Amino acid sequence: MRKELTIALAGNPNSGKTTLFNNLTGARQHVGNYPGVTVEKKEGTLKYRDYKIKVVDLPGTYSLTAYSIDEIVTRNFVTEEKPDVVIDVIDASNLERNLYLATQFMELGVPLILALNMSDVAKKQGTKIDKNRLSELLGVPIVSTVATKKIGMSELLDEVVSLAEAKIESEKIVMNYGKEIREELKKLEEVLKKDKPLIEKYHSRWLAIKLLESDAEVIKKAEKSSSSEEILGAVEKSITHLKGIFNDEPDAIIADKRYGFISGACSEAVSRNYETRHTTSDKIDKVLVNRIVGLPIFLGLMWLVFRFTFKVSEPLMGWVEVMQESLGNMFGGILPDGSAIQSLVVDGIIGGVGSVLIFVPIIFLLFLAMAVLEDSGYMARAAFIMDRLMHKIGLHGRSFIPMLLGFGCNLPAIMATRTIEDRKDRLVTILVNPFISCGARLPVYTLFIGAFFSERIAGNVLFSLYVLGMIVAIVMAKIFRRFLFRGPASPFVMELPPYRMPTIKGLFIHMWERGAVYLKKAGTVIFVGCVLIWFLSSFPWHPQYSKDYNTLIEQAQENEELVSKLENEKAFEKMEKSYAGRIGRTIAPVFRPLGFDDWKMSVGLIGGFIAKEIVVGTLGTLHSVGEADEESKTLRQALQNQKHSDGSRMYSPLVAYSLMVFVLLYMPCVAVIAVIKRETNSWRWPIFTAVYTTAIAWIVAFVIYQGGTLLGLGGLLK
Amino acid sequence: MKGQYLPLNMISPGRKVKLVAVRGGQGIRRRLNDMGLNIGAEFRIVHSHFSGPCIIAVDNTRLVLGRGMSQKILVEET
Repeated sequence: MRKELTIALAGNPNSGKTTLFNNLTGARQHVGNYPGVTVEKKEGTLKYRDYKIKVVDLPGTYSLTAYSIDEIVTRNFVTEEKPDVVIDVIDASNLERNLYLATQFMELGVPLILALNMSDVAKKQGTKIDKNRLSELLGVPIVSTVATKKIGMSELLDEVVSLAEAKIESEKIVMNYGKEIREELKKLEEVLKKDKPLIEKYHSRWLAIKLLESDAEVIKKAEKSSSSEEILGAVEKSITHLKGIFNDEPDAIIADKRYGFISGACSEAVSRNYETRHTTSDKIDKVLVNRIVGLPIFLGLMWLVFRFTFKVSEPLMGWVEVMQESLGNMFGGILPDGSAIQSLVVDGIIGGVGSVLIFVPIIFLLFLAMAVLEDSGYMARAAFIMDRLMHKIGLHGRSFIPMLLGFGCNLPAIMATRTIEDRKDRLVTILVNPFISCGARLPVYTLFIGAFFSERIAGNVLFSLYVLGMIVAIVMAKIFRRFLFRGPASPFVMELPPYRMPTIKGLFIHMWERGAVYLKKAGTVIFVGCVLIWFLSSFPWHPQYSKDYNTLIEQAQENEELVSKLENEKAFEKMEKSYAGRIGRTIAPVFRPLGFDDWKMSVGLIGGFIAKEIVVGTLGTLHSVGEADEESKTLRQALQNQKHSDGSRMYSPLVAYSLMVFVLLYMPCVAVIAVIKRETNSWRWPIFTAVYTTAIAWIVAFVIYQGGTLLGLGGLLK
Repeated sequence: MKGQYLPLNMISPGRKVKLVAVRGGQGIRRRLNDMGLNIGAEFRIVHSHFSGPCIIAVDNTRLVLGRGMSQKILVEET
């Protein structure tokens, strides 16, 4: 029978941890979420000798404080799930900084192995590491690896197995914090021992250290303890005592001692022979990060990314549409004509699945482009360049990429906010992203601009909509930052990894990771939504028609034109009398102050909840135009001729603009709502987004319409 | 000039400095600590704008410090 092991991979960001993880698990990976948080949980499996090993890729962290979710998740995993072995992946060319995290794992008392990764870079750099001596000094086994070349993998696994099999607790080196701190730690441990369950779960020494460091999470645990008063009292005493001696906070001293320990070990086991030379990365950076040239280069690159994505995805999207049609025809032929089941399969399901698949090429390509930018190291520079501008809005440099992606599709844009570390910044970026006009809303603009605005100003009108979207996004970001998510901007310290050549395998894995998630989750939601809309607009199946259409159509058999006209009329009436139609009519009055009191438009807008492209198709059906798309002349004419009950024209340029503003700003499609739920891990934010965006849409459209009417712009602009 | 403690954003690019003190709360100090910038750490300025973020080279790493940060880090030229 196979024995099972669980190991965890930890380490600094950019230490090569992910490459190592990919080496070990290959395609056998699975991405999920840690419960209650938005941190990704990556797991994979492999078989080695006679073990089945589960590998968990913990988030990249520099430390194990309680300041960031990544760190908390990492240390919780290690203390609660108690993996058999923890591998700390160390960037050998940055030894001392990377060892800082290692010392904290040592404090936690977990079975630890150091993977001295990037040892090729270190060698090239002139750093010589005496692995065995270092291992002796630190009290931890060390394996040399070069993950990018797959060197050291089996040695690493051998060490894992030995460590896991060694049931005896090896003699661990206890770090020397100096006499004074050691004494206070002893005192605290004595008090902590009174809470047995707490000690059993966590190392008493680790708890004591964390309490002296005023670690927020550990303090919370102490507060919940049965001996909380005693513990917290002792902690306060110790901290005050130490402050008096050192004239500094205990946590600073402890950090100092850690570095001292590391320095000591390194001075014995590591010899350095390098001067700071200009590496290639620095040379590239001189240009790319340059104050004058950097920004235009960045914008140019972004433009390229977009062109690439949209150009290449167009033919692919065409294929999807063709496939959709042929499937539709096939099933349409098999299933009984005019039956509910045929409609469900062809319109509801194939139509539904089609609208999901349509997104797939664009999303995967965007993710591929992002993977290239990230893996090569450029993304960090981009965040740096945009930081100044973003700061003025109250956001982070990293918020820029999601905003940019939003012009294509809000879905991958919101998923891209994962690179933003600060929770508040991330939330604000997510909440304002829907105002960036996505590609799916374009058909609606094209239709209405074409119908109600002269060609001369058409381009400007379109541009004004996009700009309006951005302005609203910026204003709301500022408001959120000021009132809802107050707080100082998180200290911006970020590592600029050296430029490197992305590997095809890495790119593909990164692209697939994000794309697959979209497919799985959003796909189910869009699919269900489409079926729902189909249901609402198709039932009652046999409404009370005003004419006996069936008979009339039979009679008119020869006359194709008449048959077509009758069928359109029948479809129109069916939709008018369907549930969706009734809902549309109930909602329509809400839009009267915005200038349009049109049940057909309301139904269209409801369709827009599911996917914005549906709006135009729905309008086409309701105006009895059969196959309608945004270029359709007849649909334009139908809209132009639409009248109120009193006979006056419904739509004027002003009304059309007010409508488009509403479409621009109102609730994003269901897929986006679903993704917001996933990324924020609660229903609160997606619901809030749906409500507030629609409210803002209504208010702004109202202001525009009423303001415009007051200013007498009603008939202008044609 | 040796011996003087200056905020980081006042040092010209290319110079080597040693971190002497950090004006700020625990949050900032910890974050810097985690990234390898403890008291006594030596590094080089790669890029620096007076009012903007700056890039420094610590060991073999490049770090970007936001504009608020570079004002709060006091260094001594080495």
